[in-house]
Amino acid sequence: MLETIIKTVCVLTVILLMVAYMILIERKIAAWIQDRVGPNRSGPRGILQPFCDGIKLLFKEEYTPDGVDKTLFVLAPALLMGLALASIAVIPFGGQLEIWGKTIHLQIAHVDIGVLYLLALSSLSVYGVVLGGWASNNKYSLLGSLRAAAQILSYEVPLVLSLLSMVMLTGTLRLEKIVDIQIQQGWFILSQPLTFLIFLVCIFAETNRLPFDLPECEQELVAGYHTEYASMKFGCFFLGEYAHIIVSSSLAVVLFFGGWHLPGLTSESPTIGAALLRVIIFLIKVWAFIFFYMWVRWTLPRFRFDKVMKLAWQSLVPLALLLLISNTLVVYFTGGQAHPSYWGQLIGNIIVFVILLVIVGLTPDRTGEGNMPITFYQTERNTSNLD
Amino acid sequence: MTLKESDIIYVDQRPLKYWERLYLPAIIKGLWLTIRHVFRRKRCMQYPEQRREHLKVSQGGLRNTTYRGLHRLNKDSEGRVACVACFMCQTACPAECIHIVGAEAPWPDREKYPVSFWIDELRCIYCGMCEQACPVDAIELTPVYNLTGISRKDMIYDKERLLDVYEKTKEIKPRRNPPIVGYSCDYLQEAVAHRKNIEDKENEIS
Repeated sequence: MLETIIKTVCVLTVILLMVAYMILIERKIAAWIQDRVGPNRSGPRGILQPFCDGIKLLFKEEYTPDGVDKTLFVLAPALLMGLALASIAVIPFGGQLEIWGKTIHLQIAHVDIGVLYLLALSSLSVYGVVLGGWASNNKYSLLGSLRAAAQILSYEVPLVLSLLSMVMLTGTLRLEKIVDIQIQQGWFILSQPLTFLIFLVCIFAETNRLPFDLPECEQELVAGYHTEYASMKFGCFFLGEYAHIIVSSSLAVVLFFGGWHLPGLTSESPTIGAALLRVIIFLIKVWAFIFFYMWVRWTLPRFRFDKVMKLAWQSLVPLALLLLISNTLVVYFTGGQAHPSYWGQLIGNIIVFVILLVIVGLTPDRTGEGNMPITFYQTERNTSNLD
Repeated sequence: MTLKESDIIYVDQRPLKYWERLYLPAIIKGLWLTIRHVFRRKRCMQYPEQRREHLKVSQGGLRNTTYRGLHRLNKDSEGRVACVACFMCQTACPAECIHIVGAEAPWPDREKYPVSFWIDELRCIYCGMCEQACPVDAIELTPVYNLTGISRKDMIYDKERLLDVYEKTKEIKPRRNPPIVGYSCDYLQEAVAHRKNIEDKENEIS
């Protein structure tokens, strides 16, 4: 009991600090990619910026517009944030630790149903978005949350299918077991690159990040479902969103990048030093993944909504199903569920990729369908007298 | 300006090539492009410490002759206000921020002069129409961009303050047009000489 409380407090503190600094780093990366410097006024190199932002959010006016559904309006951000933080519970972040003869699992909830729990919570988090948009009594918010619902539910399908592959290959729903298996036979990113790709696209869509941030796209919907929110309620949405990113990054690290494992550096010994090293390695991997999230955000433009749906149902779902079949065959023909061949998985992935290339080559190009013809206006412009 | 049909180019989207339809090569190309920018030299100026007034235009400096900042009222060669209270600027002003009270001039070379002349800098939209409208080039916009005040009253610039702005900015933006010297016959010569003088100064500055 005490152990769980201590673990929860530690993990939540780390997560909240990470969220605060993610916002700073997001702004910094945005600036660097756009050849700017970024926030650098509060503290050396701007490292106190998150606290300034936090204080600003806390002291802003708590404004509730007329005509909102008060209960749901308050419930929505709390739900989103609560669910995002709750899903951290099953993420294993450092194996086992032994203090005073007691074995401690570095994972808040040491349960059998890790993957299922994560899936359940991630699909529940759409409620926060939908309720927020509905309660706001604003058509843009509602449109944003409708999009969120459609998008998250669509991408849940390929996400579950790709996770199903992983569960089948490892034969367990326990996330720390999946890490153990990777320590024994090698990281899954090398044997399952295509599954990872599907997983990656799906978690981008699940966390509403660019290029899939249609629920809150500024140009069309003001700010989507959190248009009417201000102050700390908005802060909760923000926090939930960033916590969701941390969870999905950790999940990617656990499933495909070997968790806390780094060949030649980490050991499985339960001493404090070794455990600390494992936790640090895990955090570094998560941060690398978060950096990738932000890097992609400032690189890719947003999808059009029909193309988002097309990508999910016409590309990712069939691809995930093909992968599922190939992985099933690997499990069936090589060593059963205990030891599916590592190279067999890679070969299966490559075969599926080749099939994908052939299918793309055979189908006619329909990407331009529904597009307006582009029109240019040719006007005379005198640029000779600039300086 | 009306658009002619010949000005318009209709472009059909070309079909995507094989690799483009996979999206992935393009995405990797984009990621490579943005990561290179992360390590590039930053093009920022740390504003209060670094300023761009004294930089050349080609290096990102202000163009003093055309920048539309705070107004000024020019003085003629004898130090009198150049304005002749014709109300052209007040009429042209789309924001209606210029307020003039005219009276008969005490000097023989013009008919009227402004008794009071004030501009509400908060209402002003810095379009420069007053500058264009002025027949004697008395009102001008200066490159002063950092005007502040702690009250609305503070941001109302009356005649004295506007003349003071002229005193402060005549070095960086010399008055281009000749002072009014009545309708004497040496007007043209004086004007030519004055303009030459100004151009020499501008060349020195740049």
